[in-house]
Amino acid sequence: MNTTLNDEIRQVLSDHARLPVNAASLDEHADLFQAGMSSHASVNVMLALEDVFDVEFPDAMLRRSVFESITAIAGAISELRRQAA
Amino acid sequence: MSVAVDSDRAFVDEIRRIAGDVAAVHADAVDRDARFPAEAVAALRQAGALSAFVPTELGGAGVSLEAVARACYELGRRCSATAMVFAMHQIQVATIVRHLDAGWFESYLRRVAAEQRLVASVTSEIGTGGDMGRSIAGVVPAADGALSFVKQAPTVSYGAHADDLFTTVRRSEDADQFDQVLVLHHGDQTELEPKGTWDTIGMRGTCSPGFEVRARFAAEQILPAPFSTVMNESHVPISHILWSHVWLGIATEAFERGRAFVRAAARRSPGTTVPAAHSLSRVMSDLALLRAEVRAGLEDFVGEGEDAGRDRLGTMASILRFNNLKLAASEQAPRICMGVLEVIGIMAYKNDSPYGVGRQLRDALSARLMVANERIHAVDAGLLLIAKEV
Repeated sequence: MNTTLNDEIRQVLSDHARLPVNAASLDEHADLFQAGMSSHASVNVMLALEDVFDVEFPDAMLRRSVFESITAIAGAISELRRQAA
Repeated sequence: MSVAVDSDRAFVDEIRRIAGDVAAVHADAVDRDARFPAEAVAALRQAGALSAFVPTELGGAGVSLEAVARACYELGRRCSATAMVFAMHQIQVATIVRHLDAGWFESYLRRVAAEQRLVASVTSEIGTGGDMGRSIAGVVPAADGALSFVKQAPTVSYGAHADDLFTTVRRSEDADQFDQVLVLHHGDQTELEPKGTWDTIGMRGTCSPGFEVRARFAAEQILPAPFSTVMNESHVPISHILWSHVWLGIATEAFERGRAFVRAAARRSPGTTVPAAHSLSRVMSDLALLRAEVRAGLEDFVGEGEDAGRDRLGTMASILRFNNLKLAASEQAPRICMGVLEVIGIMAYKNDSPYGVGRQLRDALSARLMVANERIHAVDAGLLLIAKEV
């Protein structure tokens, strides 16, 4: 479930999160900030996610916890898609 | 009128009295000698003001954050050092109150109320580039089952005069630098080795040299909530709110000296327009802007209510909002003092003149440096790319 979505998120992380580890092999529940994502990189990740998935994160979603793992990001994107549908 | 409002009013009246009768009397000596405002802090203790924000069921006065902010303003008008010590202490207390878990910290707040303990904060650290959200020092187990840390702090305001210290450290030696906790350690659990002096151009009485801080403490003295949460929901916004009230107090005092000067000049030449009054009118509009922003910041924070509001404080829009309060207030306050200096002229430049604003100007200059504005702009530069409503 959500394999494609998670893979797309991994690709964004690989391109923008500047993690010292390989995003492709990252556990989907792993804390991205603990894995080395800086605040600055996280903003670039958010911008890229908005671009790739054609969504806009409302202010209420723009918080650390929403972007702290692949699962959390997938949940946020699914939620936005549900709202748009 | 509700009881809560009455107790707020009585508290603010008492602080105003202390500001005028005690803090103002010693303000010049505190500044000149760069010494701790001991008399004013003793008077605040006497009045029970150090536990003003502690809930009544734990022995405090249970006043509102608005009342505490107003108190910072009243003290700021008379003695910036007293005001900043009071503000920083209240930030620590408010942080504990807002993230309270039954247990050790509850009994600690009872002690703050009963013993009027003064709490200092150790958040900055050498090597983090001024980023409070990162720590190098970490908690390590000590031989006897206690815990310990060693932290290199570039400034610790009134550290040598505090009863307790509230320090950010990494959760453990192998924790990530962002994985921080707050430790409340008592003076008798702490060694402070001075690293340098505090001979500054302003805020001299806050006595804030660097220290190597070494502490040994029990596990229960670690605040359960992670600092990343505490920082956004309480520590940073409350700091910016209370500091900006201190700065508003300083700027207001400078303005009032300008007004006293202009009124004296007007009385000497009745019927003519005093040129200085025109310049003072410009300063007044700057002061009105500062006051509006400081009050709006407080209202926005208080308006965030409890549950949903607490959650919103973690959003980027909220972080930007309270960063903007700090940026605006810290830049506006010294500008107002400069404006008054130009209105009054040489009588404001003289230290021994009743119209002198040297102390206010020098104290206000600290505002843009305590958490450097450049550092805040760097954070905001990233956030404004993605936040929607700023």
